[in-house]
Amino acid sequence: MEKGFGTTRAMRGGAWALIAIPAVLGLLYLGACAPMMALMHGRVERPAASEFGFGPRQSARGLYVATIEPTETLRVRRMHRLRLTLRAADQAPVEDVSITIDGGMPEHGHGLPTKPRVTGNPGPGVYQIDGLKFNMGGWWELRFRIASAAGTDSVTFNLEL
Amino acid sequence: MATPPIVGFGAVAAAVLVACAAAASSGRRWSPEEVETIRSLWIGELEPLPADPSNRYADDSAAVALGHRLFFDTRLSSNGKVACATCHLPGRQFQDDAPLASGVGTTTRRTMPIAGTAYSPWMFWDGRKDSQWAQALGPLESPVEHGGTRAQYAHVIAEHYRDAYERVFGPLPDLARVPRVAGPVEDAAARAAWEALPAADRENVTEVFVNIGKAIAAYERRLQPGATRFDRYAARLRADGRAPAGILTPDEEAGLRLFIGKANCTQCHNGPRFTDDHFHNTGVPAVASLPEDLGRAAGAKQVLRDEFNCRSAWSDAEPDQCTELEFMVPEGEELIRAFKTPSLRGAADRAPFMHAGQIATLAQVIDHYDRAPRAPAGTTELRPLGLTREERAQLEAYLRTLVAPIDADPRLLQPPRR
Repeated sequence: MEKGFGTTRAMRGGAWALIAIPAVLGLLYLGACAPMMALMHGRVERPAASEFGFGPRQSARGLYVATIEPTETLRVRRMHRLRLTLRAADQAPVEDVSITIDGGMPEHGHGLPTKPRVTGNPGPGVYQIDGLKFNMGGWWELRFRIASAAGTDSVTFNLEL
Repeated sequence: MATPPIVGFGAVAAAVLVACAAAASSGRRWSPEEVETIRSLWIGELEPLPADPSNRYADDSAAVALGHRLFFDTRLSSNGKVACATCHLPGRQFQDDAPLASGVGTTTRRTMPIAGTAYSPWMFWDGRKDSQWAQALGPLESPVEHGGTRAQYAHVIAEHYRDAYERVFGPLPDLARVPRVAGPVEDAAARAAWEALPAADRENVTEVFVNIGKAIAAYERRLQPGATRFDRYAARLRADGRAPAGILTPDEEAGLRLFIGKANCTQCHNGPRFTDDHFHNTGVPAVASLPEDLGRAAGAKQVLRDEFNCRSAWSDAEPDQCTELEFMVPEGEELIRAFKTPSLRGAADRAPFMHAGQIATLAQVIDHYDRAPRAPAGTTELRPLGLTREERAQLEAYLRTLVAPIDADPRLLQPPRR
């Protein structure tokens, strides 16, 4: 008897599975699988179009407002020079600052092909950056870590090459 | 009045089907983005040859003629049998079809082709040299390539090339006190002889040695990639996306679509030379019989301390002209087993593939990129592509359209007349 009962339950379970498995698979495919696949492929959510460009952009903690200005149109495989303008929250130019630069392609998980750095300070709150290069087309992040008397903060620009 | 939903659905489905069928057809119609990418690969986009500020003789035609002779001269070797042209065969795209190069011994790397390298900021698979002339000097002092010493080479110039040399570089220094075998090489006796020389003599010998490199570079600078069948196609591709007929087969066109799309090839093989001039770990297998090869992680260190780099006393460049060296990434995880992206121009005709000839056929190379295996060290940048068998064949068909004879004065592709 017990054996028979067990078999019946299993059969009922099988019937449920006929409906449930495709449903679950479908849901997984539509919902969970896409982000999971994206994760497996190292894909990250691309920011909205409004998040791209040369700024002005506010730093993560709101200490600085930064604007970048390339000296020529950004192109793949070219060495570029940028001007970075830094203002404090009260619009005052940011002086006596330490700036480090990094970045990369979040979708591909690699960094910048070069190591750009500040090479000049042509005006109050204006910094010249040299040695910036992009070796492929697509979405690039360019990040400045800024440390001054006002505090340490970072600002990220999204660029499309 | 409202359209029944079922009719609306039917219309949408029909439109989708038509769109899908069009996308899957021979690929004769390209989107504006695709047109832009295809044009970016076209040889017509190649910029005029950039000046080489580190070599003031780079565009001197007498230096080209001297470099041409030196390139083919086997006297520039320890056994009198090895010239640059021994591994860099002019009739074979200046490479040797072998997994590892053989000079007086056997190297640990695949011979690289030369056409178009005047555009490259970095030389060798690991970028351990930053100019064509500095590159040319490496094999001359390698114990397994030319195997000789800079003192020997200076004497060869004095004995066989005095006039041609002096026309370009001015008077040869006095080499009377310089032994025939001496140089900062692995061989202990040659090194001891070198260290015993007065500094002024070492300087004189090195100057002649550097000028040998600069003459060879002037010659190599004249070797450029030729226009291929793909270039004819790209040149005639119209801005509205309509493709020219009769240049590429439907399979080759489909391969081109994969190359710039699903297969992600242009991530690294971009621009008219099909290279981003950078270094990538693509999970290429290690060769068990060879010592561990860290690629760019080692090359970066070497170029920074290279006796002949752009910032060295032997370079003709001003320090502010050495931007590649100045702003290079000197170390880091990403450099481990990263190797230079080779140009794909002519690559289909250059088996075996990869930095030590690890992969025998083009089909196997495509299979490697499709599977994206784990790297033996460091981390591969590849992700599996999920290509079908047909797609892999189409990609291969496209790569075979990128082959063309080298663009150079035909006399430069032959041994010089004596």
